[in-house]
Amino acid sequence: MFKKILCITLGVMLTISLCGCGYEHFDINLESEYTEFAKEKGLVGTELNVYNWGEYISDGSEGCMDVNREFERLTGIKVNYTTFESNETMYSQLKNGGVSYDIVIPSDYMIARLISEDMLSKIDTSSLSNYKYIDKKYKGLFFDKKEQYTVPYNVGMVGIIYNSALIGEPQHSWNALWDEKYRNMSLNFNNPRDGFMTAQKLLGYSVNSTNKDEWNAACEKMKQGKDVLQSYVMDEIYGKLETGEAAIGPYYAGDYLVMLDVNPDLRFFYPKEGTNIFIDSVCIPKCVKNYDAALAYINFLLEPDIALANAEYIGYASPHTAVVNNPDYCYYQNEILYPKDEDMPDVEYYHDLPEDVRMHYENLWLDLKLY
Amino acid sequence: MKTLSRVYVALILIFLYAPVAVMVLFSFNSGGSVWVFEGFSLDWYKGLATNTAMLEALKHTLIIAVLSALISTVMGTAASVGILALRKRVSRSAVMSITNIPMMNADIVTGISLMLLFVFIGNMFALKESLGFFTVLAAHITFNLPYVILSVMPRLRATDMSLHEAALDLGCTPVKSFFKVVLPSISTSIFTGAIMAFTLSLDDFVISYFTCGHYQTLPIVIYNMTKKTVAPDVYALSTIIFLCVFVLLILYNTLQSKADSRRGFNV
Amino acid sequence: MNKKSFGSRLVAAPYIVWSAIFIVVPLIIMVYFAFTNDAGSFTLSNFAQIGKFKKAFGLSILYAVIATIITLLLSYPMAYYMTKFKIGHQRMIMMLIMLPMWMNFLIRTYSWITILANTGLINKFLSFLGIGPLQLINTPGAVILGMVYDFIPYMILPIYTAMSKIDNSLLEAASDLGSDSWSRIRRVIMPLSLPGVISGITMVFVPSVSTFYISQKLGGNKTLLIGDAIEYLFNTGPQYYNVASTLSLILMVLILISTLIMNKFGDDEEVVI
Repeated sequence: MFKKILCITLGVMLTISLCGCGYEHFDINLESEYTEFAKEKGLVGTELNVYNWGEYISDGSEGCMDVNREFERLTGIKVNYTTFESNETMYSQLKNGGVSYDIVIPSDYMIARLISEDMLSKIDTSSLSNYKYIDKKYKGLFFDKKEQYTVPYNVGMVGIIYNSALIGEPQHSWNALWDEKYRNMSLNFNNPRDGFMTAQKLLGYSVNSTNKDEWNAACEKMKQGKDVLQSYVMDEIYGKLETGEAAIGPYYAGDYLVMLDVNPDLRFFYPKEGTNIFIDSVCIPKCVKNYDAALAYINFLLEPDIALANAEYIGYASPHTAVVNNPDYCYYQNEILYPKDEDMPDVEYYHDLPEDVRMHYENLWLDLKLY
Repeated sequence: MKTLSRVYVALILIFLYAPVAVMVLFSFNSGGSVWVFEGFSLDWYKGLATNTAMLEALKHTLIIAVLSALISTVMGTAASVGILALRKRVSRSAVMSITNIPMMNADIVTGISLMLLFVFIGNMFALKESLGFFTVLAAHITFNLPYVILSVMPRLRATDMSLHEAALDLGCTPVKSFFKVVLPSISTSIFTGAIMAFTLSLDDFVISYFTCGHYQTLPIVIYNMTKKTVAPDVYALSTIIFLCVFVLLILYNTLQSKADSRRGFNV
Repeated sequence: MNKKSFGSRLVAAPYIVWSAIFIVVPLIIMVYFAFTNDAGSFTLSNFAQIGKFKKAFGLSILYAVIATIITLLLSYPMAYYMTKFKIGHQRMIMMLIMLPMWMNFLIRTYSWITILANTGLINKFLSFLGIGPLQLINTPGAVILGMVYDFIPYMILPIYTAMSKIDNSLLEAASDLGSDSWSRIRRVIMPLSLPGVISGITMVFVPSVSTFYISQKLGGNKTLLIGDAIEYLFNTGPQYYNVASTLSLILMVLILISTLIMNKFGDDEEVVI
């Protein structure tokens, strides 16, 4: 049934040129299709609990589209949207059983862990008419080889953002975060995997090392740098870098582009030692209560213009072919999001690690914070 | 001495109101930041009307505050009557010690222990979801109860029981005597208890944080907002709440002083 | 009376059942978690890990003690001076002190960032005067300031209540007997306001020692207080619930002990609320 919508909308979509980053009004031709689906399945008036990263959906601010609102309007399904700030927090909430979610959007390594602990429901991608938009190179990756559980949402790489007006140009290395010159001006991640990654790359280790000594060394390195840092942050980095409260910090490339709109002095680089690449994918957890609505929501996220609105708002690289190949997309061929092969930094995905290693680094992170 | 005391009181009040002033100022910011003031505008106030997430959270907060205050006031008043009637001193002090626990304990410990209980019950019945409206309501009632009891009980103890006994001797049923004789004399302290319960519930963050599930109250939504860049709309909402409370308090204060002066004339 | 009291004893039943389920049972579950491992079998290993949290406990207690002392030093004169005002004005000041408590403390704490930040109001003012930026935010000082700010009404109000209950004739008698104003404060006001001080100290110390929001926002997330550590463990997964419960248990015992000590000072007087 979704295929029908696709045929009708695809042609229309390509002819409607969507202006720049953010537009005032949004006209959807999917009205009847989603509305009918919701009625047919008796979903009108039901609730859908979505659990996503902070700042990770086009939310209606500054004239952009409010994706959840649109979905509610079309289907009559109420979206309860809540956010998390790290994969670990998401896992903890899901595992504890206190709260049920219909949609979660974690990253690759956490998805592998959720699958291994039997916490995800299968998704029949053939029932999603828009699944075919997903770029082949992001399908069937290591964490979900058979394409049974996930639908890619965003792709990203970690780099360093700095304020050129405040500190000029730093060396293009993770070492910048340890540099005494930027005392009280530098930031680092406030979650174990990303935080340790900055030290692991600097020390030349794999981010997926199962050698506990290497993790210990990374932790030692982090401890050395702790005194120089201003603070450990997640999304607070927006305010800090935009206002000049801090001058340098690592974050996800897409977020840099969003911050650049506010503060044009900001610059970005991928450190020479290599960095992390990640894929955040949409999943349906085992505790799902509204499965059909969850499927409709996933397909809705893949609608070309919804995906475009999200890609422009979030600023991350999109795995959606209709977005990437759309010349009107405001980050069309953007060299930071979509580097050419020769500019591509050395990247490594996070993998789910054996339980003892995981517990080890989670405890090390605690040690670092307690240090 | 007089000037010194005035200056000191003024300084403390300035300290208390400095962040409030910042909040009010930035709620009128025309820019989107709470760091840089760009100019005056009412946009954030207008935007509130369409901010469904925040309005819904406000609704949740009010529902929980009203319900938990009502239930805990009724249950707490009844409990005060019953506890005073306990004959054994030991059992009375045992009940009172337990009553004191949520008040003396750190919120984080209360919140976590309640969450463990709710999740435990949820797992027992294999529920997909154990936290929500009922758990946050139960948690709020639990931490409100001691404040109601400690407000009502001293007053109840000081109440002259001879009136109550006289009413019984004149053929009143105990229930009727309670409502006709005892209740009027403790109504002020019941009201104080209810207001305290309402206030505590309204402002609670830590215990709700561990027990609310999807039923997010305003403090939880605000907490999540302060994890990223805070937009002035939160400040706008807080300013409105501030004004409402301010007006209510002024009103209460004027009524109170009127009542005071009336009483003064009568004596 | 006995015949009549049976009926009224029964009305406490709902409350007693309620507090058994929602106060006693949760604590029992927490104790159970503290003494078991992930798989549910008895262990003391959670307590063996506590050494790691020495610094967090130490800092929490240190910051909370400092914050409580500062709060007391600020509040005591405040409460004393308040009683010097006319009754109508006293009530007005009381109201002004309580008013901010109706606003969310998260927001009020957050506003301090705007004031203290490197690019914040104070530093902007200082740079206007030509003084270099001071590091105010992300320091222990900022965390303590946040504690003092958030909890100072809990100190002022009980002290003020205790002081305003002091019978004026006592003070007059003291002056008639020739004591000067300082010895009046020391001999009459201080002992009589002690219960207020005691309950104020408990009401400031307990939330300060267990906070996790203030340190995260004003302390730069670099050092964990014990509240932060508990919150981190709970947010990392159920496999850490046992250790987190152990920490909560210790925190609870710590609070219990300090409350008992405070009540000893208070000469077993009933705590003023």
